[in-house]
Amino acid sequence: MRDRYSALALARHAMTGAAWPRAWRSAEPKSTYDVVIIGGGGHGLATAYYLASRHGITNVAVLERNHIGSGNVGRNTTLVRSNYLLDGNTQFFEYSLKLWEGLSHELNYNVMLSQRGQVVLGHSPAQMDVLARKGNIMRLNGIDAELLDRGDVQRLLPYLDYSTQSRFPIHGGVLQRRAGTVRHDAVAWGYARAASALGVDIIENCEVTGFRREGDRVTGVATSRGPIAAGRTAISVAGHSSQVAALAGLRLPVESHLLQAFVSEPIKPFVNHVISFGAELFYISQSDKGGLVFGAHIDGFNSYTQRGQFQQVQTAAECAVALIPSISRLRLLRHWGGIQDMTPDGSPFICRTPLANLYFNGGWCYQGFKATPAAGWCLAHTVANDDEHPLVRHLGLDRFERGNGHDEYALGLWTYRQ
Amino acid sequence: MRINCPHCGERDYKEFRYAGDAVKTRPALGDADLRAWHDYVFLFDNPKGAHREYWQHVLGCRQWFVLERDTATNVPGRTFRPRERGSR
Repeated sequence: MRDRYSALALARHAMTGAAWPRAWRSAEPKSTYDVVIIGGGGHGLATAYYLASRHGITNVAVLERNHIGSGNVGRNTTLVRSNYLLDGNTQFFEYSLKLWEGLSHELNYNVMLSQRGQVVLGHSPAQMDVLARKGNIMRLNGIDAELLDRGDVQRLLPYLDYSTQSRFPIHGGVLQRRAGTVRHDAVAWGYARAASALGVDIIENCEVTGFRREGDRVTGVATSRGPIAAGRTAISVAGHSSQVAALAGLRLPVESHLLQAFVSEPIKPFVNHVISFGAELFYISQSDKGGLVFGAHIDGFNSYTQRGQFQQVQTAAECAVALIPSISRLRLLRHWGGIQDMTPDGSPFICRTPLANLYFNGGWCYQGFKATPAAGWCLAHTVANDDEHPLVRHLGLDRFERGNGHDEYALGLWTYRQ
Repeated sequence: MRINCPHCGERDYKEFRYAGDAVKTRPALGDADLRAWHDYVFLFDNPKGAHREYWQHVLGCRQWFVLERDTATNVPGRTFRPRERGSR
């Protein structure tokens, strides 16, 4: 039923004028599935695809309350990278980046991966030491990293502020050339299309309203479109993890916070890399349409509103001008907010839960988009085997009671509140 | 968002710092039940709707207080001094 996308297919459709078929089937919910995945975001769709393609489990439903692509998979700043410090994170995100590198071919869908390179700037000798350590850790794990001095950065990014008045002088940076951006909508559509072709039912406008349980075993879900029995059920709804988990009687180490992103009016190609400011949580890249895309910090208090406060708009604009003074007259065109799970240690969860046959993926704190392929890969493994994938053994819900918080920035718990 | 500080009156939210869930009750000092402490420190109801939370007026009187706020709309409600009747 589906056309394989290729130059030949494009030519054939152009010549004959034949309409392209729908990319994925609009499925009606059946009464029972082997696996039900709650949440049709990037992670949920990726999980369904890997369950079908790698574990041979095709009797799978993805339940989405809204429509595919309406949540955080379309609300991020599209960056992918693997420059992490802690054992566990380093390997997980590198695995994710390797999956990104093969994803367009894997899915027969162009996700427009652009490995334009990411530079993290250092603004003091001490910060350069930290970046050197980070780069060394990456290289010891077989990941590309290059330490840049001030001259290197100036040759690569000549438009930054190198003047003597600069509040945060640029001492250098660390470059990961394989990092870059991905077209985020294409990730949702590509996974949906590939999963659907393997027999997965993608069911939109279907909200989960409760869980069916027999003792401590989850046997299905109640939804706005009727009850569905499930052999195994996975929650992958980051932003609203607490609400869905509460339906199963679980409380999570998660608070929901708002993260904004911003796009300027479009300009000619100018910023050819992803640049992370070292003096504040701020980064910038340029989209294919020409808009400069800014990402910044969370708004600072728990919220589900999906719209931001003005203070972060101002902070992001100040960072942008501090970094690149020449864009001071550029106007912001749009800004939007996504709701994300924040966890005590800034690390996510991919794990079993205290209830049998119920699995949880969430708590992604800023980093959910770049994790999409690996999160789907590892959650599919966890669901199929009823055991955590080796890459995510350290990401269990019980890590705080065991004293094993996984704190990437080594600043202590709750740093997102400070 | 504008917040009504019980000491200073209505101010813009950026003068304040969010300081966490005020619904939870700290276990009694000396309580040796680690599960109770774990749940107090790490778990949240994280409601979408009415919430009760601590804020500090860091760029004002620096007092802590309890704010009622709807997390689905950000509409702030009443504020209480921490030990005031009705703060819990």
